[in-house]
Amino acid sequence: MNVPGTLLTVALGLCLATALLAPAVPARIRPALSGLGTAAAGAVGAAAGGAAMAGHAWSAWLPDLLPLAGVRLALDPLGGLFVAVTGGVAVCAGVYGIGYARHGLSGRVVQATLPLFVASMLLVPAAASVSTLLVAWELMAITSLLLVLAEHGRRTAVGGAGLWYAVMTHLGLIAILAGLAGLAAGAHGEAFDQLRAAHLPPLARDAVFLATFAGFASKAGVVPLHAWLPRAHPEAPSHVSALMSAAMVNMGVYGIARVGLDLLRGSSEGGAPAWWWLLVLAAGGVSAMYGILQAAVSADLKRLLGYSTTENMGLVLMGLGAAGFFATRGAPRLAALALVAALLHVVNHAAFKTLLFQAAGSVLYATGTRDLDVLGGLRARMPYTTALFAIGALAASALPPGNGFVSEWLLLQSLVHAIPASGVAGAVALPLAVGVVALSAGLAVATFVKAFGVGFLARPRSPEADRAVESPPSMLGGMGLAALCCAALALGPTVIVPGLARAVGTLLPGAAPATGPVSGPVSGPAMETVTLHLSGIAGTMSPLLIAAAVVAAIILLAGAVRMLAARGRRVARLWDCGVGPMSARMQYTATSFAEPLQRVFDDVLRPETDVDVTPKQESAYLVERIRFHALVPDRIERRLYGPVLAAVDAVGRRARALANGSVHRYLAYGFWTLTGLLILLAVIP
Amino acid sequence: MSLWRKIRKTGRVAEPAPERPTGEAPPEAAELRGSVQFRHVDAGSCNGCEVEIGSAFGPVHDAERYGARLVASPRHADALLVTGPVTRNMEVPLRRTYEAVPQPRLVIAVGDCARDCGVFAGAYGVAGAVSDVVPVDAEVPGCPPEPEAIVAALRRLTGR
Amino acid sequence: MSGDLMSGLIATVLQVVLVIAGAPLLVGLMRQVRARMEGRAGAGVPQPWRDLRKLLRKEPTEPRDTGWPFRLAPLVLAGTALVVAAVVPLVSTASPLDSAADLFAVTALLALGSVALALGGLDTGTAFGGMGASREVTVLALVEPTILVSVFALSVRAGSTNLGAIVNVTEADPMRVLSPASLLAAVALAVVTIAETGRIPVDNPSTHLELTMIHEAMVLEYSGPDLALIEWASAARLTVLLGLLGSLFLPWGVATAGTGALAVLIGVAAFAVKTAALGVLLAVGEVFMAKLRLFRIPELLAGSFLLALLAVAASFFLAGGA
Repeated sequence: MNVPGTLLTVALGLCLATALLAPAVPARIRPALSGLGTAAAGAVGAAAGGAAMAGHAWSAWLPDLLPLAGVRLALDPLGGLFVAVTGGVAVCAGVYGIGYARHGLSGRVVQATLPLFVASMLLVPAAASVSTLLVAWELMAITSLLLVLAEHGRRTAVGGAGLWYAVMTHLGLIAILAGLAGLAAGAHGEAFDQLRAAHLPPLARDAVFLATFAGFASKAGVVPLHAWLPRAHPEAPSHVSALMSAAMVNMGVYGIARVGLDLLRGSSEGGAPAWWWLLVLAAGGVSAMYGILQAAVSADLKRLLGYSTTENMGLVLMGLGAAGFFATRGAPRLAALALVAALLHVVNHAAFKTLLFQAAGSVLYATGTRDLDVLGGLRARMPYTTALFAIGALAASALPPGNGFVSEWLLLQSLVHAIPASGVAGAVALPLAVGVVALSAGLAVATFVKAFGVGFLARPRSPEADRAVESPPSMLGGMGLAALCCAALALGPTVIVPGLARAVGTLLPGAAPATGPVSGPVSGPAMETVTLHLSGIAGTMSPLLIAAAVVAAIILLAGAVRMLAARGRRVARLWDCGVGPMSARMQYTATSFAEPLQRVFDDVLRPETDVDVTPKQESAYLVERIRFHALVPDRIERRLYGPVLAAVDAVGRRARALANGSVHRYLAYGFWTLTGLLILLAVIP
Repeated sequence: MSLWRKIRKTGRVAEPAPERPTGEAPPEAAELRGSVQFRHVDAGSCNGCEVEIGSAFGPVHDAERYGARLVASPRHADALLVTGPVTRNMEVPLRRTYEAVPQPRLVIAVGDCARDCGVFAGAYGVAGAVSDVVPVDAEVPGCPPEPEAIVAALRRLTGR
Repeated sequence: MSGDLMSGLIATVLQVVLVIAGAPLLVGLMRQVRARMEGRAGAGVPQPWRDLRKLLRKEPTEPRDTGWPFRLAPLVLAGTALVVAAVVPLVSTASPLDSAADLFAVTALLALGSVALALGGLDTGTAFGGMGASREVTVLALVEPTILVSVFALSVRAGSTNLGAIVNVTEADPMRVLSPASLLAAVALAVVTIAETGRIPVDNPSTHLELTMIHEAMVLEYSGPDLALIEWASAARLTVLLGLLGSLFLPWGVATAGTGALAVLIGVAAFAVKTAALGVLLAVGEVFMAKLRLFRIPELLAGSFLLALLAVAASFFLAGGA
């Protein structure tokens, strides 16, 4: 057993030990044990993933662990990347969870499930056979469902969210199962190596791709299979939200990449159909747009973050789709570039979404609410959380010097330079894709200015926000770790690019690992090593240099102003036009902030507003009360899921007539079914 | 196109600049050196003075050419242009507006009402002249004052 | 090589100094042109510098209950403008910083400045601050796609999104400026430049009416040196964007790598003339137009987005046909 194998085994062992120990220790120290165990397992897991990304492959077959086929595990650079991301998120979530669990989450089930959830997410990218993958996948689904339901006793919405999640994730499992079973049947074996060598007929191949794409896309929260995500993520405890949103949804991306670019390789010799990847690109584009639009008008902080996850997964899928598309067009360099952009965005998204969900959790912990309309004024009351949220928001809005900017820049570069290579379909799709990426980036800016500016700045809009106090050190520590990752990724993305290029090499063997963005020669001048050079494309950008230049310019200006200024700063009364004082309710709220955008995108969002005027009894002209109610429903959910749910409901209602409680009738059903079967068997030769 | 023709036909409307006004400028004005932003406060005026201020900043008298400009926020202002007797309801807002102006700050009382309450002196809703509420640095007499007089007062502040 | 670097460095420094000193003069020139067309005498071209000199010496105020976002916003706004002024090829394409940021990064840096100011406006907690911030980011969100798609159209022929490369390619073959793709992209970029810099018809920089404000509403609480920074930064952003339009679509005179001091001097003169000419054009246009209603602005921006898309399509199909 080599380095990644040993490390992965240790990580899984730590998870299991923590899960077994947690119920046994007293509730007082349980969160600390579970959190530290999870964090340690995450750290070791991240090291395992890193080792795999560095090029140490590992595989193992444990025939006795599962009946029939046994367990097959393997770590290649691609799997290693996702293991590393999961591990990193688990470290932050584990540390953070120590403090967060004081909030009545120290129960046995929750604390024992958390490490198991992490273990399952470490296993999924390491699975090397269909049955192993499916078992790990189901373990991930069940443990995350248990964690989503952790606070079901406190809020009624949790139950509904859990139900949605359970149904959606299992429908997804069925789709994946069907797809992979079809592939395994065609390959006469279920180990991934056998699948790679299989030659499926085109129709079966398309069916396998579509089924697995649907299943994995539902996990990634891709529109229109996203309905569970904005429900489950807000209702889960915040460190679990972070794990789900930053690590679990990635597994959907992993699945699509693994199946589409790797496992179906043998079946699609001579090129996979381009429409697969245009479909992925389109699904990604729709998700990015729709997700960020819903986030932009959402006033619930965690729901906003959930929709932002849909947006970011959409961007990742756009990169993935573009990569597949370029590969079919015979442009391996561009394909590699797009894929590196997608994978880098996975890493970046994991870093900043962990941070943001944890910061949102701290706000929830301190104020008891996640409604942006009643928050505000946290800058003075929770200074560290505010600063940390600002770092995450900067990254999420894809502005320099945030880390999200780097991956979106790479994505745009790959899209922009592809025109000559992509034919008419590309000439139509790619400019639109660039427009979608740009618009989603712009809306992300609006979204996070709202989340940060309204939620944290100015004055508190409610007594709950007024009473907020800073979170305990463990929660700050978890957030600080995530913020450090964000900063490192923002300033030195060139460090992890070789690892990403190796992961790309496993998916696109046509492209040598050295293609894609390469960092300059290490021995060259200092400027070269921090600049992203793209091989074959004359595009360069240096995040570190930009950040340094901005900081230098700010210091320069501050110094110049201080030198020239003749008078000191005076604290003055807020300019309230001379009357006042202005009450906190006169501030712009999240809803009012998003109103112009809501109006601009009226046709897509279809907001529902309702003004209810109650006149006084004496006269219709004297108003006693006006109630204004505004709601932006998830339109896709309502249009698409509404009819299906109604149909299922109707069938269920009809079927109720069959079950009227009479035992005689049930016996009759059994009798007639048996008789019918026997007759059927007798008739069929 | 018709607008273009009109612009060409009309040409310059601004009257030639009169001689630079003589007279004492408040000491704070020395620091402003050719750029004074005004925030206008109507403390209870009949709007006669407003019409004249409007005309002082209009194309004919064009006070902007001397470096004076009306702004939207007292934070951006160097001086207040106060008109009318200070009514009870405007007493506190006027004081607060004055407080909101960053140092160095000046106040010009425009019109007879602002100087000594004019015909409204002693009325039940009047709190007093502007100088009873905030320190006044310059005064423009007249009911309403002529735009030339207002421009001259502004020029004393801008020094141009 | 080091000689090239030196001349590039000198050109860059010159360019930054030129933007720092010239931006307020450009605004003064535009005000003067407007004043003359309105039949007024005008305050003179150096008036914005007099305003800045005075503001720097005035007392900065800070409303109670505001914090670091409020204090940092003017510095970030001005800092990003300064960095952009150093990166964009206005005088010379041989800036040593050219490889650090391409047009995407420049767009994002300008957006960062706007975001900082929007947060500063929100931090005051006044209704106007929030209103200005909300409108600013709405316009920002709608402007970004147009800019990036226009960049797309321009970069197709250059094979790069780095500004120096785009300008070099255009300078080598000036007739390309007249290609349909380039013209469409020019119109689209001109529209978004107007939107980004808050000029009529998107925003009125000299409005006193809070309800119609976008940019002005966010800065109502700033005074003294803070305000000076904001005013200077707005002027610098206008200068840089107009200069960039000039460099991208009228690249004559921009010094290229390996040319001597004379070329740099010509570059300086060309930049000053082009930017001033574009500024005058913009000011004249403003006299003939009224500000659009806030909710008509998205239509304008959607139109410019369409033009940018057409530019990409044209650049692809015409290149394929040729």
